[in-house]
Amino acid sequence: MAKTKVLERKPLSFAEKTFLPQIVTGLKTTFTSMLQKGVTLQYPEERPTIPDNYRGVPTLVKDPNGREKCVSCQLCEFVCPPKAIRITPGAIDTDAEPERAHVEKAPQEFDINMLRCIYCGLCQEVCPEEAIFLQDIFSLSGYSREEMINNKQKLYELGGTLPDKHFKWDKKKSAEAAGNAH
Amino acid sequence: MNIQSIVENITINIDGQDVEVPKGINIIEAVKMVGKGKEVPHYCYHPKLSVAGNCRMCMVEMGMPMRDRGTGEPILDENGVQKIGWMPKPTIGCATNASPGMHIRTNSEMVKESRNGVTEFLLINHPLDCPICDQAGECRLQEFSAEHGRGYSRFIEKKNVKPKRTTLGPRVTLDDERCILCSRCIRFSKEVAGDDVLGFVDRGTYSTLTCFPGKELSHNYSLNTVDICPVGALTSTDFRFKMRVWFLKRTHSICTESSVGANTEIWSREGKIYRITPRRNDAVNDTWMTDSGRVLYKAIESDDRLTQYTIEGVHKTVDEVAAAAVELLQAREVALVASAHSSVEEQFFYQSIAQRSGATVSLVSHYAEGDGLLLSEDRTPNLRGALVTGLIHQLPEREAKLEALARDINSGAVKTIFVVNEDLTKLGIHKEMLAKVKVIYVGTHANETSEVANVVIPSLMVYEKDGTFINQSFRVQRFKTAVPGPRGVLSDFHVLERIAAPLAQEKVAPLSIDDVWERMVSRIAQFDAAIRWSALPEEGVALDASAFLDLNFVESKNLKFDPVAFKETSAAPAETSATIATEA
Amino acid sequence: MEFLDASLPYIMPIVYAVLMISVFMGLCSYSVLAERKVSSWIQGRVGPNRTRVPLVGHIPILGNVMTGLGLFQPVADGLKFLFKEEIVPGHVNKGYYYLAPIIALAPALTTMVVLPFGRYVDADGITQPLVLANVDLGMLIILGISSLGVYGIVLAGWSSNSKYPFLGGVRASAQMISYELAMGLALLPVFMWAASPGYYDSEGLFVEGSRYGMSLFGVVQSQQAAWTILWQPLSALLFLVALFAETNRLPFDMAESETDLVGGFHTEYGCFKFGLFFVAEYAHIIMGSGIFVLLFLGGWNFLPWVADPWGDGIFGSVLSVAWFMAKVFFMIFFFIWMRWTLPRFRYDQVMSLGWKILLPLAVGNLVLNTIIIALYDTLTR
Repeated sequence: MAKTKVLERKPLSFAEKTFLPQIVTGLKTTFTSMLQKGVTLQYPEERPTIPDNYRGVPTLVKDPNGREKCVSCQLCEFVCPPKAIRITPGAIDTDAEPERAHVEKAPQEFDINMLRCIYCGLCQEVCPEEAIFLQDIFSLSGYSREEMINNKQKLYELGGTLPDKHFKWDKKKSAEAAGNAH
Repeated sequence: MNIQSIVENITINIDGQDVEVPKGINIIEAVKMVGKGKEVPHYCYHPKLSVAGNCRMCMVEMGMPMRDRGTGEPILDENGVQKIGWMPKPTIGCATNASPGMHIRTNSEMVKESRNGVTEFLLINHPLDCPICDQAGECRLQEFSAEHGRGYSRFIEKKNVKPKRTTLGPRVTLDDERCILCSRCIRFSKEVAGDDVLGFVDRGTYSTLTCFPGKELSHNYSLNTVDICPVGALTSTDFRFKMRVWFLKRTHSICTESSVGANTEIWSREGKIYRITPRRNDAVNDTWMTDSGRVLYKAIESDDRLTQYTIEGVHKTVDEVAAAAVELLQAREVALVASAHSSVEEQFFYQSIAQRSGATVSLVSHYAEGDGLLLSEDRTPNLRGALVTGLIHQLPEREAKLEALARDINSGAVKTIFVVNEDLTKLGIHKEMLAKVKVIYVGTHANETSEVANVVIPSLMVYEKDGTFINQSFRVQRFKTAVPGPRGVLSDFHVLERIAAPLAQEKVAPLSIDDVWERMVSRIAQFDAAIRWSALPEEGVALDASAFLDLNFVESKNLKFDPVAFKETSAAPAETSATIATEA
Repeated sequence: MEFLDASLPYIMPIVYAVLMISVFMGLCSYSVLAERKVSSWIQGRVGPNRTRVPLVGHIPILGNVMTGLGLFQPVADGLKFLFKEEIVPGHVNKGYYYLAPIIALAPALTTMVVLPFGRYVDADGITQPLVLANVDLGMLIILGISSLGVYGIVLAGWSSNSKYPFLGGVRASAQMISYELAMGLALLPVFMWAASPGYYDSEGLFVEGSRYGMSLFGVVQSQQAAWTILWQPLSALLFLVALFAETNRLPFDMAESETDLVGGFHTEYGCFKFGLFFVAEYAHIIMGSGIFVLLFLGGWNFLPWVADPWGDGIFGSVLSVAWFMAKVFFMIFFFIWMRWTLPRFRYDQVMSLGWKILLPLAVGNLVLNTIIIALYDTLTR
C-alpha cells in the first residue's frame, strides 16, 4: 500500500486572496476563446461525418441476394433493455418462397418503438443472424406516436442490404441438396 | 419407480458427502436428493420411463469399499479407514443403482472429460440452428453444451443431412438433424401411451427417428413426446414458432378435461396463453397429460365469450345484476342447475344460494368413454367438489337429461331457473319451456340458454381465476390465475357473494379466496382446519372420502387411480385421517 | 401658430422622452442579441444567425451579413414574446402578479431622465450636458429610484405563490440591501473630490468649490484630465462589484439562479410579462454601464489627458454622444464577458462578500478619502 503523503497547502499571497489576478486570467481565457473559430456545424446544410461504428436507428438488413435475414429468434426482443422491440414470429410460407423453405422461420411482424429505443446497440450485438444493425440514421421524427413505431417494412427500407460474409443459409441449402454419402 | 414405496434407506457417499437414499434408487435420482442444485446431466433418462442408457451423458465415477477377495475382510489404509476401490472407467448414473457404502464422484476430472467428449460427439451432426429452434431456452443440449461443452468445434467434415420439417402426426413435427437419439419418445409411446409407432432406422451416425411405415404419431398423448424431447427434434405443430419460452410466465393449474385433474403449467405472456404442459404429480398424472387437454385454453378467445353483465339483454353493472338475481331468488320456487365445472369455492356458494332460496338442485353429468390413462369417464373436473360441499348428495343421472326439472316447469312448480354453464336446450328443456320461467345464467360462453336468459352473469374460465378442484381420488388441487379475464368481469365467487349474502340478509363481504376457505373449513367436515388456499401444497391434499364410498362413481381403472383399491384404502378411516394430518 | 409656439416647451420634453425611450428599448433588445452572440462566441458557437426579415434581409451581401450577425433576431424575439399564449397560473395573486414586471421596468426607464449622454456648447459658450433633466442631485435620484426596481422582483416572487419564485424574491431583496450600502459608500469619495464645498484661502477669502454637487455632469466635467478610475481604483472596483450585484448579473444572479431555483422570481411568468422582466434586466445593465462610464471612465471625454479631438459644434456633440455610447457598449460587453468567466457564488458567499469585505472596504475608503481631502484642504489653504 502506497504511503499517503500529506502536502501542506501553500498559503495564499495577498494578490491571490483578492482573487483579482485570477479573475483577470479568467477574462483573458474567455476572451481568447471568443476569438477562436467556432466548431458549430450549420446542421441542415452541413452534415457531420458519421463513423462506421455509429449507433443510429436500428434497422433490419437483407443479405446480398435481397433475402430477409431475420429469423425472428427474438433474442433482440429479449435483450432490449427498454423493451422497444416487439416481434411476432411466424413460419415461412414454403409455397410462396420455396427457395427459403429451409430457413423455416421469419418474423411476421417486427416493430421497434423508437420512442422507447435507447440506441444501446445490444440488439445488434446479440443478433445471431447479423440481421439487425444500428446504422447512420440519427435524426428521426414523426407527428404521432404510431409513426414512431417502425414496422417491418420501414425497418427494411431503412436497412437496405449489407454485404454478408458467411452465407449461412446458402451453405445449409447446398449441403441439404448434396445429401449424405450414405 | 415409486420412491415412496421403498422404505429401506442406505447410505452412499456422493462427492465426499454421506447421503441417505432409498435402496435401489439410481445415481441420477440419488444425486438429485443431495439438493443444492446438484445434478447429473442426462438426456435419455426419464424418471417415468425405463432406463435406456444410450446418451452416455450421465457418466459418474463409482467406487466400492475394498474387501479382500479371499477372506472378505475389509482392506484398510494406513489410517485404518476402508479403502475405496474406484472403477477404472466412469459408469452411467442412470443404470447404476445405489448400494450400501457406494462412493460416487460427479465432478472429477475424468467425469468432466467424459461429459465434454459426449457433448462434442452430440454436437458433431447437430445443426446448431438455435435461432430458429423452438426448444431454445428449454433445451437440455443447449444448456449442457454451455455447461460442459468445449465452446468450439473441431469437426471440419461435412455434417450429416437428415429429414427436416417432417410431420410425424397431426400435432407433432420432427426435425431429425436435431435428434440426439435418446429414444425417450420411443419409450414413451411404447410404455406409457401403449401405441408403439416410433423407432430408429439406419445405423451409426445415420440413425434416424421415424414412424413405422404406414403409422403416424396420432394418439392422444403424442405431445408428451414433445415435452420429454430433450432437444428440439420433436416440436409441437401448434406451438411451433409462436413464442420464445423465455418470455412465457408459468402458472400452476389443473386440467379441466376430466376428473383425473392432471396438474398443468400454463405458459402465458401478457395475458395471452401460448401453451399448456403437464406438471409432475406422481399421485395424479406423473409427468403426462392428454393432447386434447392442451387446447382447451383456446376457448378463452372464442367469439361467443360472455363479457357483459346483462339484464334482459341490457348491459348493467355487477351490483345491478346481482340485485336482480337476488330478487328472482327471493321469490322462491327456484331450481338450480349446478355444474361440476365450477370450482369448489363456487359450488360452496351455490350450495348456500340453493339452501337460502330453497332451490331444488340438479347437476348434469358429462360422461364419456375413458381411455384408461389420463382421460377418465367423468369429463368434469369437480364432481367430487359438488359432493363434498353438499351441493348434491347423489351422483347425477348417467343420461344427461333434466326430466324432473322439465316436469316442474310444466307444472308451474318452478318459476326461476338458476343455470350454471349448461345449455338447458340440449338437456330436454326447450326454449318454449324456458319462456315460462325466469332464467339466471352464469357461464363463460354464450349458448341457447344464455340467449333467452333474463339475467346473464359472465363467469371466468379456469385460467382466469383462483380456485380448487377435487379430482377422482378426492384430492383437492389448486389452480391459480394465469391471465386476466375479460375486462370488468369479476371472479365468480365475488359475484356469488353479492347474491348469497343478501339472501340471508347479510352484508356483502369483500372476500379473498382464503376468506372463502375459512368459511368452507368451518362448514365442511372433510376440510382440515389447518388448510388455507394459499398454503395448499402443490401436489394437492387427499381428503377423507369415507363418506362417499357408497356412491357408484363411473371412473374405471386408469393410470393412477384404481376405484377398487381406492375404496379399500379409504374405508380404513384411521389411515386416511393420518394422511390428511401429515399432508396438511 | 401662436398656440404651437406656446405649447412647444411642453410638447418637446414629451417628444424627447418618447425618443429616448424608443432608443433605450432598442438598446435593450440589442443587448439581448449581444448577450446571445457574445455568449456563443465565447463558447465556440455561432449564435442566432438565421432570422431574416423580408426586403432588408435580401439585400445582396449586406443582407446575408446582417442575417449572419443576427441583427433581425430581436424582432423575432419581441414578436415571440408578444404573440405567445398568455398563461397565468391559477395560484398567483393576480394584481401584484401583473404589477411586478411593470415595477421592475419602470425605475430603470425613470433613471434615464437624469442620465447625461453627451455635451453641447450653448449660445453663451457654456458647456451643457445632453440630458432630459439636468439635476444637481442626479446620482442621488438614480440611486434612489433604481433600488425601487427590486420591488418588482420581490413582488413577482411573492405574488407567484410558489416556493422557488419566493426564494428568488427573498434572495434579491437581501442582496439589494447588502450591496446598496457598499455602492453608495463607494461613490461618495468620487463626489467629494469632484464637489469640494469651497474653502477660505490663507487670506480669509472664500474660494468657491465645484458647483456641481451630486450632479453627474459635474463628475464627468471633472474628469477632463484624469479619469476617476485611475486615481480612485478602489472606489471603481467596489462600485463595479456592487453594480454586478445590483443588476442581478452573474456571478450574482442569486434571484434567478436556474440551477437551484428553476427560474427564480420569474419562474411563473411567461410570454410578454416575462419579456418585461427580461427587458428590465438589460435596462438595468445599460443604466449601470452608463453610470459607471460617467463616474469612472470619463463619460464622453476622449482619453485621459487628451483633449477631445472634436470641436464644440453639432458635430462635436454628436461625436461626444457616440464616444459615450462606445464606452457604454464596452461595459455591456464587459458584463457579458464576466458572465462566462466567473461561476455563480454560493448565497452565503454573496452575503459575506457584501457585508464582510465590500462594506468595510467602502467605509475605509470613505474615511481615507475624507482624511486625504481634509489634509489636502488644510495644506492647500
